[in-house]
Amino acid sequence: MEYLLLIYIDETLEHTPEEAAQIDQATQEWDKRMIERGLLKQAQRLSLSSAATTVRVRQDEVLLSDGPFAEAKEQLAGFVVLDVANLDEALEAVADDPLARIGSIEVRPYWSE
Amino acid sequence: MEAVEAAFRAEWGRVVATLIRVTNDWDLAEECASEAFAQALQVWARDGIPRVPGAWLTTVARNRALDRLRRAATEAKKLSEVATLLPDEPEVDDDESGVPDDRLRLMFTCCHPALRLEARVALTLRTLAGLTTAEIGRAFVVPEPTMAKRLVRAKHKIRSAGIPYRVPPAHLLPDRLTGVLAVLYLLFNEGYAASSGADLVRRNLCAEAIRLGRVLAGLMPDDAEVLALLALLLLQDSRRTARLDTTGDLVTLEDQDRSSWDQDEITAGLELLAVAKRRGPRGFYLLQAEIASCHARATTAAETDWKRIALLYDELYTGAPSEVIGLNRAVAVAMAHGPAEGLALLDGLDLPGYHLLPAIRADLLARLGRREEAEANYREALEFVGTDAERRFLTRRLVSLLETG
Repeated sequence: MEYLLLIYIDETLEHTPEEAAQIDQATQEWDKRMIERGLLKQAQRLSLSSAATTVRVRQDEVLLSDGPFAEAKEQLAGFVVLDVANLDEALEAVADDPLARIGSIEVRPYWSE
Repeated sequence: MEAVEAAFRAEWGRVVATLIRVTNDWDLAEECASEAFAQALQVWARDGIPRVPGAWLTTVARNRALDRLRRAATEAKKLSEVATLLPDEPEVDDDESGVPDDRLRLMFTCCHPALRLEARVALTLRTLAGLTTAEIGRAFVVPEPTMAKRLVRAKHKIRSAGIPYRVPPAHLLPDRLTGVLAVLYLLFNEGYAASSGADLVRRNLCAEAIRLGRVLAGLMPDDAEVLALLALLLLQDSRRTARLDTTGDLVTLEDQDRSSWDQDEITAGLELLAVAKRRGPRGFYLLQAEIASCHARATTAAETDWKRIALLYDELYTGAPSEVIGLNRAVAVAMAHGPAEGLALLDGLDLPGYHLLPAIRADLLARLGRREEAEANYREALEFVGTDAERRFLTRRLVSLLETG
């Protein structure tokens, strides 16, 4: 089953350069472990939510707004696609993800009929 | 027919669990299990009860499920899936040695931490105990359609989120087992002291919790908390008939007729507790079972070792500092060291809308002769009380307080 992991992190969190480097390294190590186990399909970090543009079309009118869909403390910071056997395997991988320690990770299975 | 009812109690969970494993379709599993029990009513009356009722029911239910799947299977892919389901399915689990049996798998699936706690309890009641949606709704004080929706949502999440049908690997077990134990504990408590309604005791919920506790203890005989929980349930249940008088009113522990306590349950509970204590560690359920054993061992109310109970509550409260445990600790301390010390412990507790806090405060105040404050607290307790039996009990206390003045 394929799962999308949506990684939400508080953008106002301040990290020292050393902390940031540590997080980067831990994240890369996690990616590597997932690749070795053949579970990681894709992983992508996103620009800050201030770079987002939200689009809606209402009555043929295109409405654009500056910023993310929801103004929340934690914002979507990146995503991962895992291909695992079931939810437990996905949750186990996520529990090991260093980003889960500084943010929240929503685990969503792909749509299936 | 009594045999069908007994088979229902004993076999429903097993039949449903087996069908879920075979079909991976929760609704189909429940429907076919229902049909098998309906058929048993007719066939057993005519032909007599089969030698192994569980195997008979499982076979009938499985054949129905396969028929339905076959009829529904129009695509080649579906047909081949069904074909592979046909051969080699074991008739029943090996009850003695089959450690991860279907019921345990189902229990862990229902109690997956990705589901809300309430959904875990409701699903366990529905699939393993065969309670109706209306009954579960009553246990949670929600209308039947609401509960039906919640059950549908929970089953849907199991399917769409990919929650596996299995006993989790050892490293995930502690977390999941905690959920399973909590479900059995809540199930029993709901039966033992229903949160609302006309009846204080809902016998079938207690019986079901004990039965599932036995299944779990049979499957995990080395886990201290599993054994301790079963011990606790048995020790509590042993007092069931003594807790109510002939009119259905609540009788406190102090006033209960101890000769009517179920000695078989007490013996079984104490034996389980002794084994659990050897296994250790001293967890949440072990401490509670120890407290229950102090009551079970006292031949009169006056002989109760309240000092030991108070110490056990201290230990319990340190490990799991919940408001309700704090409340019980205060009662134990009041019994061991006097009402003033118990009253002092109540001050730090915050249980909005929970009738037992003012009820207990009222009792301690009355013992200290602070009548007006006691009266006010009884009235507050009466505002929040949920069952008729407890309402009558509190009213009696209030009336006797007013009369003695």
